[in-house]
Amino acid sequence: MSRTNWHRVCTTRDLILDAGICVLVEDQQIAIFNIELGTTENKLYAIDNFDPISKAAVLSRGIVGSIQNRVVVASPLYKQHFDLETGQCLEQSDVKLLTWPIRLNEDTVEIALDSQ
Amino acid sequence: MSGEKILVVGNGMVGHYFVEKLRSHDANVDITVIGAEPRPAYDRVHLSSFFDGLTAADLALTTREHYKELNIEAHLGEQVVHIDRGKKQVETDLHRRFDYDNLVLATGSYPFVPPIEGADTKGCFVYRTIDDLGEIYAFAQHASSGVVVGGGLLGLEAANALKNLNLKTHVIEFAPGLMNVQLNRVAGETLQSEIETLGVQVHTEKNTTRINSSTEGRLTMEFSDGEELVTDMIVFSAGIRPHDSLADQAELEKGIRGGFIVNSECQTNDRDIYAIGECAAVSNQIFGLVAPGYRMADVVVSQLADGTLHFKGADMSTKLKLLGIDVGTIGDSLGRVSDSLKFDYKDERNQTYKQLVTDASCTKLLGATLVGDTSDYEILHQYVINEIALPSQPESLILPNINGGSNLLGVDALPASAIICSCHNVSKERIEASVSSGCHSVLEVKGDTAASSGCGGCAPLLQNLVENKLAELNIEVSNAICEHFPFSRQELYDIVRVEEIRTFKDLLHRHGTGLGCDICKPAVASMLASHWNEHILKDQHRGLQDTNDLYLGNMQKNGTYSIVPRVPGGEITPEKLIVLGQVAKEFDLYTKITGAQRIDLFGAEVHQLPSIWKRLIDAGFETGHAYGKALRTVKSCVGNTWCRYGVQDSVGMAIYLENRYKGLRSPHKIKMAVSGCTRECAEAQSKDVGVIATEKGWNLFVAGNGGMRPRHAELFATDLDDETLVKYIDRILMFYVRTADRLQRTSVWLEKLEGGIDYLKSVVIEDRLHLAQELEEQMEMLVDSYACEWKTTIEDPAKLKRFRHFVNSDEKDNTIQFVRERGQKRPAIVEA
Repeated sequence: MSRTNWHRVCTTRDLILDAGICVLVEDQQIAIFNIELGTTENKLYAIDNFDPISKAAVLSRGIVGSIQNRVVVASPLYKQHFDLETGQCLEQSDVKLLTWPIRLNEDTVEIALDSQ
Repeated sequence: MSGEKILVVGNGMVGHYFVEKLRSHDANVDITVIGAEPRPAYDRVHLSSFFDGLTAADLALTTREHYKELNIEAHLGEQVVHIDRGKKQVETDLHRRFDYDNLVLATGSYPFVPPIEGADTKGCFVYRTIDDLGEIYAFAQHASSGVVVGGGLLGLEAANALKNLNLKTHVIEFAPGLMNVQLNRVAGETLQSEIETLGVQVHTEKNTTRINSSTEGRLTMEFSDGEELVTDMIVFSAGIRPHDSLADQAELEKGIRGGFIVNSECQTNDRDIYAIGECAAVSNQIFGLVAPGYRMADVVVSQLADGTLHFKGADMSTKLKLLGIDVGTIGDSLGRVSDSLKFDYKDERNQTYKQLVTDASCTKLLGATLVGDTSDYEILHQYVINEIALPSQPESLILPNINGGSNLLGVDALPASAIICSCHNVSKERIEASVSSGCHSVLEVKGDTAASSGCGGCAPLLQNLVENKLAELNIEVSNAICEHFPFSRQELYDIVRVEEIRTFKDLLHRHGTGLGCDICKPAVASMLASHWNEHILKDQHRGLQDTNDLYLGNMQKNGTYSIVPRVPGGEITPEKLIVLGQVAKEFDLYTKITGAQRIDLFGAEVHQLPSIWKRLIDAGFETGHAYGKALRTVKSCVGNTWCRYGVQDSVGMAIYLENRYKGLRSPHKIKMAVSGCTRECAEAQSKDVGVIATEKGWNLFVAGNGGMRPRHAELFATDLDDETLVKYIDRILMFYVRTADRLQRTSVWLEKLEGGIDYLKSVVIEDRLHLAQELEEQMEMLVDSYACEWKTTIEDPAKLKRFRHFVNSDEKDNTIQFVRERGQKRPAIVEA
């Protein structure tokens, strides 16, 4: 069993509610989204920032939302939707982004890089 | 036929249809209409809607003014009483004479009142015209019970009307069952028992012999079996008789059951006299429905033009709601053909009855009867009129499908030639072509093809077809903006306005579901901006902004941004031009002049944007909103300050307009232009708002469009002074912002706006909706609260913090790569 390696990437002050930011972890661009799911429940998601369809690192700048109960981000360039939980592209079944475990440690946002 | 005198007697539905058809066929033929009723043609099929609150105007099919526009001479409230075939002349009850080359009789029919002693007593009515209904309504106000004599289709409709007027209602039928012309015994019984559960008493096999009036004004009906019935009022609706009183005097032949006998060309025994509709007898048959009447009208229009159309009988299928009960009969519903076979299904629990009539080999459907449930009517009707082959077990078409779903053909399976609307003879093919050519709603298709504007029976089928075709073309059908709100943009806009909603979260919480998406969020952001004009990058609005608004720049293909400072009217000082050059050079930005008289600087990375804009703002520039669904530019020609042809200062006006409307958030981008003279060098007629100088002021054009579907702007008003021009533009823009759909340019908006430009004029110029002041005030608020978004952004450290690619690193985005071409940089092509 590989040891989970949690990286401290930013603090909660860097997060934007219901929108994305981008962090750099070991040369990997990761988009982090902070989504208010219910009135009290917030959830963090970490997916690859690189949009393989437009070939630009822009996903953290997409609009987040839900499509049929899946929490998604829309690529700002050509508007494909990616499931934040799984990285799956809703419009193209052969496109799936990397996702990473993410957690809050007090005020610090942590991402585990070595597992998916 | 041009130049000939065509005289039409009768202005009912068929007579009206005929003159409109004739006029559209020939612009010059001399058309005169003489109608006995005081008002022009109205929709008699839906006459009973009069009791649901529809007025005579709602039911009207035309107006006197419309006839004037069509150059049709109409004499209404005047009755033809004599035909002189020798002189080719008619005479009216007002002793006026009219000549004709061809006479078209469309005199219709009158309600049959059985020869009963006392049938003309006060309190006895017929059910045929708007005036009849008006009298029934007035009398019913002081009555508590009513009797309808006649248990046919029209009788049951009248019974429904009495019932809705809160009268204790009876139906008297001479025959053993209701609707015995269309329904078999079982169907009639099913209908009767359903009607009786509604509280209407049905008396069959009753022969009224006498009506007596008491001193209190009540009426006593005596029947041949010795029974009596006391009531306050009686409505006779026992069938119709052709209005053929002109026949005897003019020596025109009459059918066995009355009506002018006509051949398949709808000609009477006088070749110059035609008869159409319910007054015509074809092979001794009277067609008491509107669709066959329309077909006869088509035939006569064709014959007058030496055409070859013939009347070949008509489909008498009908579907209606009688006292709330669905009844449908299709084709030969009684199985009059000798060796036909019948399949019955009766369900007493749900009070429904269905019967199919097929040919002896069970391959063709000849007719059908549906009582209590007519949801399969349209498709069964298609089986009959298009002779579609039946499945091997025809009964499956009426048996309930235990597994759910339907055993019937879908509209997709119909052949392209299938006639969907038999009133106006519109095929499936024609309807689909209409959808493809841009009619994206039932209403528009109706307007384009006339389908479903007759009896309306094909409406569900039409809707189905339109929706299927839209789905096939990948066009969104629902007007809901997206899955999160069951409202159109305009409805959402009104909600935001009325409930004074200031955040997306609040709107979603009150009226939506889910989290929102990239459709509704930017749309709502735009509405919030129209109302409150708060900075679009405030925390609660930030996540709503579209790609370009988020960083106040246009995102290009590699994730970098372009920068377009505002250059109002395209006028720029050399000093400012130099600054643009210096900034472009310093930040190594690809530089291009746009089509809208501005300069676009490409290739800025997110972290560079604030420093670039700082430089620009220090030099006096403002944001150009090239990234927003907002006013872009007001293009101008140089105008009378320099041009020897110019008649007004177009640059001055363009700068004024651009400064007034800059920052206005709208459903889509807005472009304007001002030309200094009629030579129109600023191309104002291709803009959403175009202004063209005249000697006396300005001509205003609206709803032009370049781009994918170019459209010339329409002239809205002429010779306006400056103040009026601005006032009208204020109102037009604000009305557009309020009522347009998301991402709908003004061109499409105006095309979809019911009433088009005339309606817009009535709202803006005549203030028909009493909105003008409100629209102006809202615009004034937006103008007053304008602030350059870039200026406020660079002054706010919290907002500036967001202009970084990584929140945890100052590294640049290493996926952005440039190469050089023609002395400038451009994005490198990324390998997969």
